[in-house]
Amino acid sequence: MSDIKKIKDDYIDKLNTENNIDKVNNIKSELFGKNGIISNEFKKLSSISVEERKKLASDLNNIKNELQNKISIKIQEIETKEINFKLEKEKIDVTLPERNIEIGKIHPVSQVIDEISSIFSEIGFSVEEGPDVENEYNNFTALNTPDNHPARDMHDTFYLDNNKELLLRTHTSPVQVRTMLKGKPPFKIIAPGRTYRSDSDQTHAPMFHQVEGLHIDKNINMGHLKGCLNYFIKEFFEVDKIKMRFRPSHFPFTEPSAEVDIGYEIKNGKIVIGEGNKWLEILGCGMVHPNVLKNVKVNPNKYQGYAFGIGIDRLGMLKYGINDLRAFFETDYRWLSHFGFDPLDVPSNYRGLSR
Amino acid sequence: MKFTVDWLKNHLDTNFNNNQIIDKLTNIGLEVESFESSTSELDTFIVAKIINAKTHPNADRLKLCDVDIGGEKTIEVVCGAPNAKNGLLTVYAPPGSIIPKNQMKLSVSKIRGVTSYGMLCSESELQLSNESDGIIELKNNKYANKIGEKYFKNISEKIIDLSITPNRPDCLGVRGIARDLSAAGAGKLKINKKSNLKYRGNQNINVTIKKEKAQGCTIFGSCLIKGVTNIESPKWLKDKILSLGQKPISAIVDITNYVMFDLNRPLHAYDADKIDNEIIVRSSSKGESFEALDNKKYILENDMCVISDRSGVLGLGGIIGGTRSGTEYSTKNILLESAYFLPRSIRKTSKQLNIDTDAKFRFERGIDPLSIEEGLIKASELIKQICGGEISNLDVKKIENYKKTIINFDPFLFEKTTGFNVENKELIKILEKLGFNVSKNKKILKLVVPSWRPDITQSIDIVEEIVRIKGYEHINTSEPIKTRLKPTLNYYQKLFHFLQRSIASKGYLETVTWSFTDTKINQLFRENDEEIPIVNPISSDLNVLRNSIFPNLIFYLKKNLDRGFKDISLFEIGPAFKGKNPGDQLTVIGAVRAGKISRLSWNDKERIVDTFDVKKDVIQSLCEIGINKDDIVIDDKTPSYYHPGKSGGVYQNKNEKKALAYFGEIHPNIIKKLDINTEGLVIFEICLDHIKESKQKIKDSKSEYKFSDFQKSERDFAFIINKNFKSQELVNIIKSADNRLIKSVRVFDVFEGENIPEGKKSIAVNVTIQSEEKTLNENDLDNINKLIISSVESKSGAKIRS
Repeated sequence: MSDIKKIKDDYIDKLNTENNIDKVNNIKSELFGKNGIISNEFKKLSSISVEERKKLASDLNNIKNELQNKISIKIQEIETKEINFKLEKEKIDVTLPERNIEIGKIHPVSQVIDEISSIFSEIGFSVEEGPDVENEYNNFTALNTPDNHPARDMHDTFYLDNNKELLLRTHTSPVQVRTMLKGKPPFKIIAPGRTYRSDSDQTHAPMFHQVEGLHIDKNINMGHLKGCLNYFIKEFFEVDKIKMRFRPSHFPFTEPSAEVDIGYEIKNGKIVIGEGNKWLEILGCGMVHPNVLKNVKVNPNKYQGYAFGIGIDRLGMLKYGINDLRAFFETDYRWLSHFGFDPLDVPSNYRGLSR
Repeated sequence: MKFTVDWLKNHLDTNFNNNQIIDKLTNIGLEVESFESSTSELDTFIVAKIINAKTHPNADRLKLCDVDIGGEKTIEVVCGAPNAKNGLLTVYAPPGSIIPKNQMKLSVSKIRGVTSYGMLCSESELQLSNESDGIIELKNNKYANKIGEKYFKNISEKIIDLSITPNRPDCLGVRGIARDLSAAGAGKLKINKKSNLKYRGNQNINVTIKKEKAQGCTIFGSCLIKGVTNIESPKWLKDKILSLGQKPISAIVDITNYVMFDLNRPLHAYDADKIDNEIIVRSSSKGESFEALDNKKYILENDMCVISDRSGVLGLGGIIGGTRSGTEYSTKNILLESAYFLPRSIRKTSKQLNIDTDAKFRFERGIDPLSIEEGLIKASELIKQICGGEISNLDVKKIENYKKTIINFDPFLFEKTTGFNVENKELIKILEKLGFNVSKNKKILKLVVPSWRPDITQSIDIVEEIVRIKGYEHINTSEPIKTRLKPTLNYYQKLFHFLQRSIASKGYLETVTWSFTDTKINQLFRENDEEIPIVNPISSDLNVLRNSIFPNLIFYLKKNLDRGFKDISLFEIGPAFKGKNPGDQLTVIGAVRAGKISRLSWNDKERIVDTFDVKKDVIQSLCEIGINKDDIVIDDKTPSYYHPGKSGGVYQNKNEKKALAYFGEIHPNIIKKLDINTEGLVIFEICLDHIKESKQKIKDSKSEYKFSDFQKSERDFAFIINKNFKSQELVNIIKSADNRLIKSVRVFDVFEGENIPEGKKSIAVNVTIQSEEKTLNENDLDNINKLIISSVESKSGAKIRS
């Protein structure tokens, strides 16, 4: 027995100093292999008396367990060490640049159109569209702007023929005409899109974007118009309070007509919407003129409602601090990267209009 | 429309201060553009201080002065005055100033080799005194803290500039503005004094308005004023004319202008002695001509309304007079005209001849037809007062009588439209102050519209009058009504927004370019579409509607390449025009990609963008909108602006005739023609209108979820096949060998050349085979293999590589 104990102690010592996995495995088979020292000791058990056997078997089992334990701990120890060593060797410089990222962007005009659509969607408007090329009737005559009307001079129109029959729409209002002609009231639409006027300087571009709004039903009055625009402006500029002023104006296709100003101030060279005592004109609106309703076969004695037109580019400029309108359309890579929006940044009600 | 508050007060008794008046004007729809002092030539002269005066390097008698003019930097001025010294406060005139004494305009100039920016002024130069020995010495205690401010105080009255909407001709005269203000409670409209003018004799120049179909004049009033002395206008009149931003000419001309702006009543004064016998108001004949007061000769078309005498045309009625009968300082006898011209005629003639005058502007919008006499009387009185002379009886010829406009107005319409209520009493008061004659018939108001309001023809016009005078602030702000009538977006609108973001998410920057383009570039992308020229383009290089998105996209791509960008991905979603009628347009995505992939990467090999980069972008985007990738068919027929061998068309499925997308390299000729400098350029386009809407919504189209747990096997094959044989075809042949067992086919290698016969290529494919019923054994797999090989060999003429 003392032999065995000595063997055990020797092997424990050996294992303590051993660091080679192969050698530990050799020890394992030396001890527990077919003809291993411990295995042989167990074989001897059959040749001794029952009394002794019990005692010896128990001792042997203890020694066996202790050694096996030691071996497995050792193996694990060495393996861990080896893995750690290997991992240490594999270490790379993770501060090296990643593979090239290609970041796409959404143009501010598109983003603002989505913001506008999202806001009006909340209060039940649907989106209508119309063609960029219009006939003279839809763009002017149907909208109570006959040929001899000086109001036509307010629009510098691009024409596609010498008879001035075909033109590039000067506003999105012809979509009102198309929508009402093809359907039956009530109507509740917005119509964003490209519009064209023969004009070009810092604040005018020959092409720009407008959104038209139209709500026609039996009892829609100017209070609803005010409420709708107040809601829109507050939501769009993402402010709690907005100073808004309705001012009488004139458009041939609405009556009474109004221009809407919002309050602003200049803080650190930037326009802050909603505060201050300066006024900024941002849109035109009014109650749809009975002549227009007649032209589109809607009975003005039964139905009435409002319409409005807002410059989309200008709204974007105000909200996002863009100074030059023409830059919108000049495709400067730097500008597009700077003012563009991430494509995943979809304006919506539940995620918020913008980040 | 410009005027001063003083002028306004000639017509309005008010205790409103200037700011209250300004606010009121805006609130009733007369938008105030500005309220400022008129600019003066003297505004540029400012108080300045000499910081340092040293001797001019090239001239002993000149000094070089550093002058503080209030800004951050000092200005260097060369000065000859002996009294120029350090610390002196004086008056500085910057370049551009006009020196009162000699009316010379200063410019930046070199004096003896040193540049002088402006000058320091003497009293004599500013016409303050004859003192010319030195520059002005300003008192320290008065001016020390005024450096940079204007030296001359602006004493002129502030001018109100209104932007008058086209429906309000009545407010193109100061009296009309005063009337509106009085209705809005800003004062009381003064009553015109009864004229006690004495008339002597008849207007003995015969006037005839010809009864013609196109006659543009319905009333012609006139009087003769004999024995006048035309002189320079008195100061009060000059000031009025100046406040309008106009130049005084002579008393007679200034008076007619004054009355026009005062009463909105255009007048014209003829030198009566230059009129040949009589006045005939008639329509012109083509080819007639006259020299107008703007010193231009106009050749007339048919049917323009002219005032003529026996010798020919004197002037265009209501638009512009002629030089032949113009008044001068020597004029002794005047014929004064006050007429009514039809807006339509005025507008047509002025458009044809491209003339714009104050009179034209007013007649075009509609002048009060009942103001003929009022205008003649007011102007005659002033002429008599300033120029003397005797006034004849007034002569008014007309071919049409004025018809009153009467509106039966139901006050309920007001509340129905505006959402708030105004008491009848107040409503009537507003209308009466605006000049309406109101009588009541039960609930209905019978309104006679004042003759100066041609814009008011129906009940809704009355609603507008009342609400604008009452004030828009009385309109309630109702909660928005949230009722929805239909979904916000239809299928194609959703598609638009989805694809827009889908493309951007693949690294493309979205741009928005003009819908028009340069015909020269458009030509390269036009294909068989008709060219759509703009009659009046903004510039010659934006003269046609774009037939394709690419002309602009390529143009701006080049601009960005020229800016030094190398790797560029751009796209636009918008209209491409196919014809010039409304609706002849398609919604298209156009995208360009230039440069390299993985440029300057430390770990990846860089390569030039190629056709399969854009093919991936197209196919992936189409899959994202729900098109089944396995249905998509590719062919190699593309528009001529693509590289014929490196481009493809995409079809939604094998039955579709119209390609919904194209992709590939751009044609090398175009790169050459447009001189585009890039390593590689690939493009793609998707036509949204060619995408077919799925009949089923996604909730109805999800098929049953089925999968197989039986073991799948993969087999590789390599075929030698004709070089022109399309891989898509090969894949289809393999798939159709056994549709149920063959789950996927992937092309993983293609090569030509070494060991491959001329005109052939090798295609290697990996085929996944799996049954839904059992695990396939070696025998099953062998059969499939054989089937695949025999199908391919028989259908494509390929040979399996061994």
